[in-house]
Amino acid sequence: MTDLDKIRNFSIVAHIDHGKSTLADRLIQETNTVAVRDMKEQLLDSMDIERERGITIKANTVRIDYTADDGQDYVLNLIDTPGHVDFAYEVSRSMRAVEGSLLVVDSTQGVEAQTLANVYHALDADHEIVPVLNKIDLPASDCERVAEQIEDVIGIDASEAIQVSAKTGVGIRETLESIVKHLPAPKGDPDAPLKAMLVDSWYDSYLGVIVLVRVIDGRLKKGERVKFLSNGTVHHVDRIGVFRPAMAEIDSLGPGEIGFLTASIKQVRDTRVGDTITHQKSEVEALPGFKPAQPVVFCGLFPVDAAQFEDMRDSIDKLALNDASFSFEMETSAALGFGFRCGFLGLLHLEVIRDRIEREYDIDLITTAPSVIYDIHMKDGTVEQLHNPADMPDLTLVDHIEEPRIKATILVPDEYLGDVLKLCQDRRGLQLDLTYAGSRAMVVYDLPLNEVVFDFYDRLKSVTKGYASFDYQMIGYREDNLVKMSVLVNDEPVDALSMMVHRERAETRGRAMVEKLKELIPRHMFKIPIQAAIGGKVIARETLSAMRKDVTAKCYGGDATRKKKLLEKQKAGKKKMRQFGKVEIPQQAFINALKMDS
Amino acid sequence: MTQTLGGFGLYLHWPFCQAKCPYCDFNSHVSANIDQARWQAAYLSELDRAAAETKNRVLETVFFGGGTPSLMDPSLVNAIIERIRQNWPMVNDPEISLEANPTSVEAGRFAGYRDAGVNRISMGIQALNDTDLRRLGRMHSVKDARAAFDTARNLFDRVSFDLIYARQNQTLQDWKAELTEALNMAIDHLSLYQLTIEDGTAFGARHAAGGLKGLPDDDTSADMYLLTQEITADAGLGSYEVSNHAREDAQSRHNLIYWRGGDYIGIGPGAHGRLTLNSQKFATETELSPLGWLLNVEKKGSGETLRDAVPSSEQALEYLMMSLRLSEGTDLIRYKNLGGKLAQNAAQDLVQLGLIEIDETRLRATSQGRPVLNGLLRNLIAE
Repeated sequence: MTDLDKIRNFSIVAHIDHGKSTLADRLIQETNTVAVRDMKEQLLDSMDIERERGITIKANTVRIDYTADDGQDYVLNLIDTPGHVDFAYEVSRSMRAVEGSLLVVDSTQGVEAQTLANVYHALDADHEIVPVLNKIDLPASDCERVAEQIEDVIGIDASEAIQVSAKTGVGIRETLESIVKHLPAPKGDPDAPLKAMLVDSWYDSYLGVIVLVRVIDGRLKKGERVKFLSNGTVHHVDRIGVFRPAMAEIDSLGPGEIGFLTASIKQVRDTRVGDTITHQKSEVEALPGFKPAQPVVFCGLFPVDAAQFEDMRDSIDKLALNDASFSFEMETSAALGFGFRCGFLGLLHLEVIRDRIEREYDIDLITTAPSVIYDIHMKDGTVEQLHNPADMPDLTLVDHIEEPRIKATILVPDEYLGDVLKLCQDRRGLQLDLTYAGSRAMVVYDLPLNEVVFDFYDRLKSVTKGYASFDYQMIGYREDNLVKMSVLVNDEPVDALSMMVHRERAETRGRAMVEKLKELIPRHMFKIPIQAAIGGKVIARETLSAMRKDVTAKCYGGDATRKKKLLEKQKAGKKKMRQFGKVEIPQQAFINALKMDS
Repeated sequence: MTQTLGGFGLYLHWPFCQAKCPYCDFNSHVSANIDQARWQAAYLSELDRAAAETKNRVLETVFFGGGTPSLMDPSLVNAIIERIRQNWPMVNDPEISLEANPTSVEAGRFAGYRDAGVNRISMGIQALNDTDLRRLGRMHSVKDARAAFDTARNLFDRVSFDLIYARQNQTLQDWKAELTEALNMAIDHLSLYQLTIEDGTAFGARHAAGGLKGLPDDDTSADMYLLTQEITADAGLGSYEVSNHAREDAQSRHNLIYWRGGDYIGIGPGAHGRLTLNSQKFATETELSPLGWLLNVEKKGSGETLRDAVPSSEQALEYLMMSLRLSEGTDLIRYKNLGGKLAQNAAQDLVQLGLIEIDETRLRATSQGRPVLNGLLRNLIAE
């Protein structure tokens, strides 16, 4: 057990690419927490996808032993949090387990939307904040301007901001000293009954569920029986330990300490993040707890090869063991067969899960149009939640439809402001605010979530050449004039392509959709009408002409083998297509048909 | 004596050209010094090897292909034909074809080829327009071609020539005029190929790099193809295969062996063969590089590098793919005997679309269906 005044618990807040993971790596290296030979980049990001995309998805923890300039030995616990808006929920709960934050800002770029969003989570959790200006080795670095911006935009004192180059190692020692000096030690009573917060949990195939805990009061020891207050379940603690960042077993955790326990728990779902843990016989007041994360984006995932459905069910079950924020239920589509309707925290979350199923389980997937949950207010006064446009009830029974709205905050350099405003207007946005911080504008829009879930972020990046940053929060439901648009290919409805759209946008969306499909569907032996319709009324139509020319000009004895192989390859390629009536649609078409060029 | 469905022929590959044409993906090489005596010894050795396992089978056709076989010395051609006649019994009227370039030098050898036993010449004229001939990398002019063609028609009863169309900036009208001119020249056979950009050729590289502008799009190519069918049919030279046109009874009998799924021996660098031996069909291939092939023949006594038994399912696929190129179509009984199946629903749809015709024994691609033959095949092959 460590004395409370020798503990510092902190997290790092940063916009994506501002160097958070590199800084964490350097702190670990400087304190010799990891042997030099075991050092690798993005040490805390253990998933392939995290390393590949340079992002952090799950919160990770490391305990650092540090001998400060005052000669005292300190224990520093770092919780590394995700930076992306999809995982904001992970951020906010991790923040509750620590007392302070390092605010890392790229000194060549300045404050970005995610910096803001995450720093607000830190301020909400009453953190002390130490600003760190990173990347000072780059010629474009401008610490003075960025420090000023931090004071202007965030309103915290940046006069003592530490200048760091996580890349070269400059300022790392100063950062460690500042953590000891400026961040508060945790409070807690070692003699009070045990009260610990369940910060996170994940599944390990050898140890079962690993529970990350922050002890508030009392002591947690190996071999004890503990109780989870939310469901009253009792578990026998097999192991106690800390992360360095590899798991290292210790005998007990005291107040202010962060570590893990294992207790032969089978499923992540049995552990509620934010739950309070105490001894079996103790009575303590529960911590405030957290609301579980609510999925906001839904889509259907179907195996390309119907025979892989069982494998897919298996992979989804396994992924769900470790990700309680991802929901799924079986779905049947007339066109796509058996699959799952899945709910995600956002689009990145969707992509990550889809990539993991495809990559780790080797299953090719068809992803249907992402959708949000609509509240369908029926004439009889009941409200139905619509997760899938294909399930839209009979219109004559519907009174009105409400859709989720978000408050989007976008920071963008002046010169791109016009394009950003146009994009937001095009997506049915209502401007709430427009302010300036230096040469950057901050625009706040009220936008329908369904206009954002698909490609808003991509479009934003492209119209601003990557200079805009974006964050959002849900603000509730509002009525609008929404209709279900169906798509018919060769006169057959393709349910996987149907979507909810605003009535006034329906024609534009329908036109864009049928034009896109005309490019995406290969020519067949016959001509194929492609239509978008609302109810029985066709609002857009294109005709894909029949294939006219596909023949090998020369085919003699010496060509037979090669051409036969080519034919066999093409035949195999057909398996990557889905059959709708007589038409074959390539799997990529389902997602690409929705991408809009403006 | 073994009787093979589809016939029995011999293909002999001469791998050399004076220059490599930018559209050509055939096994051809440019070499300054060719030791014809050394090649003769190798060819004769290979003919003996092939005869050892197929003797007593009646040979119907011989085809000298390339490369540019009209670069072969007439004495070499003579020695080869002589050895073939020694090694196999031949039908009374064998078809012995040789591919030739229409230059004056080569035309000078035509008489020698005739004396050696060649009875059919197939000339690579390719275009009747000097600008396009240069673009296609050809060494001859239209004038050369006409002169060489006249020499050939005086020496041989059967002369065919090739043209390439759907060329850069070629319009439907341009092609119509050129084809009409060609039909005035034609004797009994024409091969009319749409220009195909193949990977691994100079055109392929240029096309991939964004060059080779002005090629007709698929719709124009399709129109050109249909126009070609009409004009040639009116002139009595209707198509009997996707790209081949002939008067009645003047089809290339050798090439029909390929399309009818017959047996053929492949001699020379990179030559493919199909042989039925003890009721099992084999696919054979030889060493591709000319020198490598020569050395293999000289040192190991065989140029063959591959001999695979072809499973009946693959034979079926190959037979369908090749035979559907012919206007006579596919013998469905033979296809089914090989275990071949048709996707029935797709077949019915294609019949309704007027792209194929099926009766009890035959499946044919219609004139509308043949330009989309690859599409037909993809649809017809049952899973």
